[in-house]
Amino acid sequence: MIIKFKEILLSAFLLTINIYANAQTDSSSDLEKLLGEDNTPKKEYIRNAFKSSRVINGHSMEMLGKGVLDFRILHRFGMIKGGYRELFGLDQASMRFGFDYGISKNFTIGIGRSTFNKEIDGFAKYRIVHQSKGAKSFPISIIWVSGITLNTTKILEPELKKIENRLGYYHQAIFGRKFGNAFTLQLSPTLVHKNLVDTKAFSNDMVALGIGARIKLSNRSAFIIDTYPLLYGANNNYNIFPLSVGFDIETGGHVFQLHVTNTKGMNEKAFIAETSQDWGKGEIQIGFNLSRVFTVVANKDESW
Amino acid sequence: MKSIVFSILVFASLNSYAQKFMTKTGSVAFSASTPIEKIEGINKSSACLLDSKTGSLDFIVSIKSFVFEKQLMQEHFNENYMESDKFQKSSFKGTILNLSSINFSKDGEYNAEVAGKLTIHGVTKDIKSVGKIIIKNGKPNLKSSFSVLLADYKIDIPGAVKDKISKDVKITINCMLEAMK
Repeated sequence: MIIKFKEILLSAFLLTINIYANAQTDSSSDLEKLLGEDNTPKKEYIRNAFKSSRVINGHSMEMLGKGVLDFRILHRFGMIKGGYRELFGLDQASMRFGFDYGISKNFTIGIGRSTFNKEIDGFAKYRIVHQSKGAKSFPISIIWVSGITLNTTKILEPELKKIENRLGYYHQAIFGRKFGNAFTLQLSPTLVHKNLVDTKAFSNDMVALGIGARIKLSNRSAFIIDTYPLLYGANNNYNIFPLSVGFDIETGGHVFQLHVTNTKGMNEKAFIAETSQDWGKGEIQIGFNLSRVFTVVANKDESW
Repeated sequence: MKSIVFSILVFASLNSYAQKFMTKTGSVAFSASTPIEKIEGINKSSACLLDSKTGSLDFIVSIKSFVFEKQLMQEHFNENYMESDKFQKSSFKGTILNLSSINFSKDGEYNAEVAGKLTIHGVTKDIKSVGKIIIKNGKPNLKSSFSVLLADYKIDIPGAVKDKISKDVKITINCMLEAMK
């Protein structure tokens, strides 16, 4: 009787060990299972819709990170049709240099100075919604930009010598979406206001619909197009809608944007309201944007 | 009666010895720094599961959870090098080779030899590494540091930044495990 009892106990004991040991096998899938328990799709923000905070001329749906300073040098050369004597426009250059700074991940401010009209411009850019996927996702990014420009050329007419006559403004809403990994499209209705225009043939207010797109060619290069069809207030004898096409090339801390464009102006007021060169007549030029970012405040916790 | 007590004791002791330990907040850091550029990222939400009975040791690391001081670097890490949309996780599935020399129920510092399969950027390779298991109050702390070659895992470095990024990357692991209930 005692022996039997022992046997039962022993077999029960062995059985327990056996079950226990079985439960131990294949623990690699166990880890996945354990993680799977709280594997509800997390909200994930969509990044890298554009390589840079500008499509080419206009603002893109990308923002600078918090504590990031972006030093931007933009060049627009002379017209290509100047031919070899002008080295296809490279003998002349109009430029804007500027600094943008990310105050938070959704708020960027910037300032710049352009050769064209000796203009100083400043802007504030706020991301209202960030495109995301996963839980509580949102299909697009929405960004608001407001800017001011100050023309510092000499005003010849004494009665017009007032600071307000030098000022212009622009307001812009950007609606953008990154479709998959390789294609991004954004629409940006923009209002430009100039306090002083040249003649009565010009309107103080102009409205344009910005269209910006990017097609990724590789991890470090992309084809980009940036255009602003004019919807309201254009002087048909003067204004031509801006159109720029080019390539983004990324090397380490730089983004290099090489393009051809019919614009000379490099702030929103200037390139929307003051572009008169015509692609149809070959009045285009080579241009480049160089962006170099510096981390002023180190990132501590902002993961993807 | 004696044997029952004995069996229970044996079973109980085996039971407490044969245990699984895990964490979801392990730290995995990597460095590809060169004298020109500091390139370091840290991931503090790595998952690790250790089975002290079979010696199996597994890690799952989410690539997007690596944090860099420079956000642009973080962006390039995800977008250009690790392609984290495509290859969201890195993992290690291995075993502790010298399991018998580690007593998980006794506080102390033990050397551990580990071998297994490391998957990074969609490429799986066999690796072998040594590390330390420090037992304190019954909780194992895993520490290890080893190097991998970027080329082994098909991670390309473009010519323009060749001098700035180290070809072999040092990976440092520090995971404080808890006993699973």
